[in-house]
Amino acid sequence: MAAPPLTEPETAAPVTPELEQASIKAEARRGFLIALPSFVYLILLFVLPLVLVFIYSFATRDATGQTVLEGWNLDSYRRLLSTEVLQIFLRSLLLAVATTAICLTLAYPFAYYIATRSPRVRNLLLILVMIPFWSNFLVRTYAWRVLLGSEGPLSQLSELVGGEPFRLLFTIPAVLIGLVYGFLPFMVLPLYAALERMDWRLVEAARDLYADGWTAFRKVTLPLSMPGVVAGSILVFIPSLGAYVTPALLGGARTVLMGDYIVSQFLAARNWPFGSALSFAVMFVMLLATIFYFRAGARTL
Amino acid sequence: MADPAVELADVTKRFGDEVVAVNGIDLTIEDGEFFSLLGPSGCGKTTTLRMIAGFEFPTEGSIRIHGAEMGLKPPNQRPVNTVFQSYALFPHMSVAENVAFGLNMKKVEKSEVQLRVSRVLDQVQLSKRADARPSQLSGGMQQRVALARALVNEPEVLLLDEPLGALDLKLRQAMQVELKDLQGRVGITFIYVTHDQEEALTMSDRIGVMNEGSLLQVGRSEEIYEHPTSMFVADFIGDINLLDVTLNGSGSARLSSGAEIAVAGGTVGSEGSVTLALRPERLELYDLDEEIPAEHNRVRVRVSRRMYYGDVHFYDVDAGIGTEIEVKEENRPGVELYEVGDEAYLVWSPEAANLVTS
Repeated sequence: MAAPPLTEPETAAPVTPELEQASIKAEARRGFLIALPSFVYLILLFVLPLVLVFIYSFATRDATGQTVLEGWNLDSYRRLLSTEVLQIFLRSLLLAVATTAICLTLAYPFAYYIATRSPRVRNLLLILVMIPFWSNFLVRTYAWRVLLGSEGPLSQLSELVGGEPFRLLFTIPAVLIGLVYGFLPFMVLPLYAALERMDWRLVEAARDLYADGWTAFRKVTLPLSMPGVVAGSILVFIPSLGAYVTPALLGGARTVLMGDYIVSQFLAARNWPFGSALSFAVMFVMLLATIFYFRAGARTL
Repeated sequence: MADPAVELADVTKRFGDEVVAVNGIDLTIEDGEFFSLLGPSGCGKTTTLRMIAGFEFPTEGSIRIHGAEMGLKPPNQRPVNTVFQSYALFPHMSVAENVAFGLNMKKVEKSEVQLRVSRVLDQVQLSKRADARPSQLSGGMQQRVALARALVNEPEVLLLDEPLGALDLKLRQAMQVELKDLQGRVGITFIYVTHDQEEALTMSDRIGVMNEGSLLQVGRSEEIYEHPTSMFVADFIGDINLLDVTLNGSGSARLSSGAEIAVAGGTVGSEGSVTLALRPERLELYDLDEEIPAEHNRVRVRVSRRMYYGDVHFYDVDAGIGTEIEVKEENRPGVELYEVGDEAYLVWSPEAANLVTS
């Protein structure tokens, strides 16, 4: 008598619809297992805290300022509509829009330049774009404090040519400069990726069909690089809107922006419910902006 | 008389110091002609076309279109349009928008643009797909859009860069006929770049054969096929047997086996080694006891291989000259098949052979 097989035999029987279904299901199960670690990670460390913040935004504070998880109400959300909050929010929004616009204007020609170089030069330039990431963002922002300060090289240069010493530090323009500096690579890289994929024969075709260089760019290159414009804009706009480090270091005490305002609610003011509501409001605006951008991007394609 | 459509005078294109892509080409293409540039990849035919279109500029030389010097004019200022090998259709525009692009660039009136676009789409049988995106069309349809997009501008010269290369055989053959018909109807000069010798032979009024940057021979299809002037042209176009022979100064020559054969055309007085080019279909096999037409060469051979293709059959025969000779016979009624090992006479008329040098 033959020994029983140790493992299930490979099914070499003719396939039936049931067997085929079973194999499709097994395949789906394997895919889920592969993704499981990241699911667990994201649920524990991202979704759960977010739910907590959401719950806190409806909580109340006792006399000592301690948050108590009862007496659920919408007070924090009502306060979002106060003039103070709306002003801060508008200021942050304008700054984020300006940062995105300036980054786009600076990054597009640069990305175009990189994408049209030979592969060797291309890689070198891409490394140059990424080099700033090798040093800490905080350190680099401190460097801007030196650069922009009244004793800094820019100010000295202005004096040297007979101008006034200037004080750019702790102003909105200083924050704008810092944000553009910090987020420029996030604009360059997606634009480069879009332009690098570009089929330049299409531009030749446009030139062949009587378009001059600029028109060919407007009618062909720009619309086809729109996915890069959308991706880059989202990558710059969203962190700009909630930026904390740059406004805190370059903006000084007088220029309150959304990021530092939220932080101050959690720390100095100890008003966690209001801080939570603010966080959710910002997230909501970001979501709207993202949807708007993707729609706009999809339309041009 | 009108100026020729395109004149190239001593056109050379170098890339860097090393690469000579096109080497001193002189070429005149007449108005209304279907002219093909034929050659293997890397022979400079596409570079030549791109120089006419204005995507590349010659390092030296002159390109004229209907008498006007092109110099360093950009593509948009030249009276030519191109059908690209990859079609290069704008993926973000509909078929109609693609076709209208050139007219819109030329600021043609909107109503006329519409009229001409719908007329040309009708011509290429794509009226129903005017609103589709190129990616929704089959390869053959995309190819017709590319053609329509160029033709709608009524260019003086249409440049086609291997336009049928991406299509499968059946479609390619159908499009060959369609293109040729179309060219006849619109009367525009076509310059057609291809590496497919059959395509060039069937479609062209004249063919220019290129290799390694040089234009080797220009002529009508039958001239190029029947009377190649160089070894390269003989070998590149169609099947051919190239036999080393020694001329003996009296109008005949000797094969390396020692057999003597007659050769046609002013060879009396010339001596030395040359190459004899013989098309397989110009060769016939005769039984050893069969009567052979007068004035024909005959060489005794042994059949070493036979391939049956249905409409034709090929034999490789051994004439004792080191290489085998290919013979192509049509499958006509009454033609008897030889078996491998059979002995026979290889027979051809001296006029059917060409002497080629280098």
